[in-house]
Amino acid sequence: MSLEQCTVCARHETLYQELDAFIEKNRHRPGALIEVLHKAQSLFGFLPAEVQAFIAKQLGIPESTVFGVVTFYHYFTMKPRGQNQVKVCLGTACYVKGADRVLERLKEELKVGIEEVTQDGRFSIHEVRCLGACSMAPVVLIGEKDFFGRVTPDEVPKILKKYRG
Amino acid sequence: MAKVKSLEELMKIKEKSLKDLQMRDTEKKGKIVVAMGTCGIAAGAKDTLQAIVRELADNKVDDMSVVQSGCMGLCEVEPTVEVHMEGQAPIIYGHVTPEQARRIVQQHILSGKVVSDLMVKKGEI
Amino acid sequence: MSATDKTSIASEAPAPRVEARAATNTILLCAGGACISSGEESCLQALRATLEKYALQDVVKVVETGCMGMCDAGPLMILYPEGVFYQKLKPSDMEQIVSEHLLKGRIVESKLFVDPSTKVKITSAYDDHPFFTKQVKIATRNMGVIDPMSIEEYIARDGYFALRKVLQEMTPEQVIDTLKKSGLRGRGGAGFPTGLKWELTRKVPGKEKFVLCNADEGDPGAFMDRSILEGDPHSVLEAMAIAGYAVGAQKGYVYIRAEYPLAIERLTEGIKQAKEYGLFGENIMGSGFSFDLEIRMGAGAFVCGEETALIESVEGKRGQPRVKPPFPAQKGVWNKPTLNNNVETYANIPPIILNGPEWFTRIGTEKSKGTKVFCLAGKIKNTGLVEVPIGITLREVVYDIGGGIPNNKSFKAVQTGGPSGGCIPAEHLDMPIDYETLKTIGTMMGSGGMVFMDEDTCMVDVAKFFLQFSVDESCGKCTPCREGNRVMYEILERITNGEGEEGDIERLETLGQSIIDSSLCGLGQTSPQPVLSTIRFFRDEYEAHIREKRCPAKVCRSLIRYHIDESKCVGCTACARVCPVAAISGSLRKPHRIDPEICTRCGSCIEVCRFGAISKITPI
Ligand SMILES: Cc1cc2nc3c(=O)[nH]c(=O)nc-3n(C[C@H](O)[C@H](O)[C@H](O)COP(=O)(O)O)c2cc1C
Ligand code: SF4
Ligand code: SF4
Ligand code: FES
Ligand code: FES
Ligand code: FES
Repeated sequence: MSLEQCTVCARHETLYQELDAFIEKNRHRPGALIEVLHKAQSLFGFLPAEVQAFIAKQLGIPESTVFGVVTFYHYFTMKPRGQNQVKVCLGTACYVKGADRVLERLKEELKVGIEEVTQDGRFSIHEVRCLGACSMAPVVLIGEKDFFGRVTPDEVPKILKKYRG
Repeated sequence: MAKVKSLEELMKIKEKSLKDLQMRDTEKKGKIVVAMGTCGIAAGAKDTLQAIVRELADNKVDDMSVVQSGCMGLCEVEPTVEVHMEGQAPIIYGHVTPEQARRIVQQHILSGKVVSDLMVKKGEI
Repeated sequence: MSATDKTSIASEAPAPRVEARAATNTILLCAGGACISSGEESCLQALRATLEKYALQDVVKVVETGCMGMCDAGPLMILYPEGVFYQKLKPSDMEQIVSEHLLKGRIVESKLFVDPSTKVKITSAYDDHPFFTKQVKIATRNMGVIDPMSIEEYIARDGYFALRKVLQEMTPEQVIDTLKKSGLRGRGGAGFPTGLKWELTRKVPGKEKFVLCNADEGDPGAFMDRSILEGDPHSVLEAMAIAGYAVGAQKGYVYIRAEYPLAIERLTEGIKQAKEYGLFGENIMGSGFSFDLEIRMGAGAFVCGEETALIESVEGKRGQPRVKPPFPAQKGVWNKPTLNNNVETYANIPPIILNGPEWFTRIGTEKSKGTKVFCLAGKIKNTGLVEVPIGITLREVVYDIGGGIPNNKSFKAVQTGGPSGGCIPAEHLDMPIDYETLKTIGTMMGSGGMVFMDEDTCMVDVAKFFLQFSVDESCGKCTPCREGNRVMYEILERITNGEGEEGDIERLETLGQSIIDSSLCGLGQTSPQPVLSTIRFFRDEYEAHIREKRCPAKVCRSLIRYHIDESKCVGCTACARVCPVAAISGSLRKPHRIDPEICTRCGSCIEVCRFGAISKITPI
């Protein structure tokens, strides 16, 4: 199992408590399910079946509804992700500027495929569609806020180095 | 904060902040505006901002304000930085790497000379 | 009248900032530190004396200014109203400038300012980067000018003045009437008249109504909504409050992509600041009108940009489109009457309220008023975000604003409307960009993404790319969209793999048309457009792939081979070192070879070879 999951295990209790508090606070807001899922994914890193069941119970809705929403949206994932999620934009502008080659290089460097986590749990690779920085194409995003623009395949190792610790 | 209820009250806020925006009658010598949209950040605007703040501190400049803005749209030359000295037309610089940012502080802020090779535009956008 | 003529009219209109320029000649003399040290003062004295000599002292105003920013060329002067720029002045030059320029209107060539980078003489001080000069900024008026986290700076640029005017001086009907007269049309893609939409929503009876802002911006290659929200969040907030007042809603939602964390942060801060000033929330400006907003994050589903799917998503459900009618105006969020507009549409509204609808109608074309924000991306020199009058020609956008195609390549096509749109080839460069004209050639205005392609872009590959997008994003509700797009994708996959057959093009055309005819929502109804449009304009490329197994742009990997020209190769080993699969062999200073069996066509080698020895060959 990946490192990511173990750290989750260790903090299990507190994470559930925090999620529960969030649900309590937003319960009155109609249609809060998606917001709750966003929160849960930010806490746990992904949305395993137990977390979904917990949410369903707390919100008083069927588990199938929660599952239906989780599977509909690309942003939600039921697979654990790396500590650093490396997102490669494959939107039109990035594609035209050669993002596929950046992605390929990344897969080679990290020796994993798309949606897979590296052995040490440090990285996972994801394809995304347009990060809204098309003028900087091709764009790579690590985590939520570290944007890299005009990336060439050769820059990939340099970018990863910062996160290798 | 007092709630705005009338045109007069809104006008008052406008007049006061317009002065700051246009660098007239402020206490500061000038301001440096770093464009911090997502694309600016993708082009490295965060490092540029840090370099500016550090260079100003290292030179003990405390009468310049450093603020952020959205992007001005010319992504090709990001990161962009606008230097607006009191009473003068703002100058917009492009391709401002941390290194160039230090140069801008040294040359424009400290010595009053525009760094012409980085200049993209003079005056308001 | 061309679009550019209208631009000049627009700038005469009562825009928020009017620059005072003297009617008669004004001379600005730079009195910045550098110019003073290079002799500005003696120039000033000489100028005054010369003006007196010709009895011009009362006609021509002399003003000393702060640094003009070109100190290397000082002392400097600018003559208004022409804006002529003179450099490196000496007191002895004044005689010539006054007698030649002021009296006879002849420019003194020898003293003209020379652009240090281009070495070109500049006659006008307003000759800025061409990127800026053709733009007319309405929706992006504050972008890059103000600090988005400061409501005060927004107010400094007339922010919340429109909301005040609406609440204190106008009835909802008057607001709607103003919008109708302005001719503003939705900027989210379809171009529906905004005033009419507001009127429809107002007329539906109901105490509880909602206002939505569509900030989903799923079209890859488009980022104008993000930039507006990041650079000027209050313009959207103010407009949504105006909309609430006009249609009778007290509550709004901004539906925004989760991929835009910075925009979410700035919107949230904006709402907080506006509430502190009493410009949002309860009893706005003491008018009795209350309006509040919630931000709802999307979760990465393109179809949620479609308004009925968006409504489902706001309600926390799977974002599958609803059947229309009923339209959102009748039954929207929680089945209540709902107004939905796009970010850019909203951003246009405060200036229209303040400057009046006539001002707005002076910009644009007969049927499409105002401006449109476009994002220039892909193979274009000045990538970026521009706001231009509707009706401007594509040529102006590509060459004047965009600076042309980089690396001396030629323009091939531009994709507008993203995966729902089509391409515009070079033969239509002179076409005006507006809603109707673009439709006539099988594309659409779309939300404003423009992805440029040059001769190195394969149009079949691009079509395949968009179709893959639609296959991934189809919500699965209707069969033609779900299955039909997949079949089309498979055909394109075959063609690009060199396994295309006669009749494939026709099959794509028939299938595409039937998907268009039988899908429920806009996604399915438009998804075949990129294929149909590339077939229409680049049929020969499809034929080359099918008949000759050749990819003219040398992109499709199965149809190309990398090759080293032994006569050019100096044996530097650079390529062999960068090849990730060790397909290149050869010893130092000896010509290298690529083994086509191992080569994955990644193209890394071609980039590192400084001797131009590596090339792509098609067909293999
Ligand atoms: C598949 C699909 C995706 C869409 N995506 C967007 C979008 O990202 N942003 C947007 O404003 N409109 C989008 N639209 C258009 C909306 O349905 C709607 O027409 C628009 O938000 C109305 O606002 P407007 O009248 O101000 O343009 C999309 C439509 C379809 C069919
Ligand atoms: S194209 Fe890529 S795989 Fe093929 S030889 Fe060049 S570097 Fe190696
Ligand atoms: S990089 Fe070019 S010159 Fe050098 S070995 Fe490869 S093909 Fe030859
Ligand atoms: S296409 Fe990659 S950021 Fe938009
Ligand atoms: S849109 Fe921000 S600089 Fe490009
Ligand atoms: S001092 Fe005159 S241009 Fe700078």
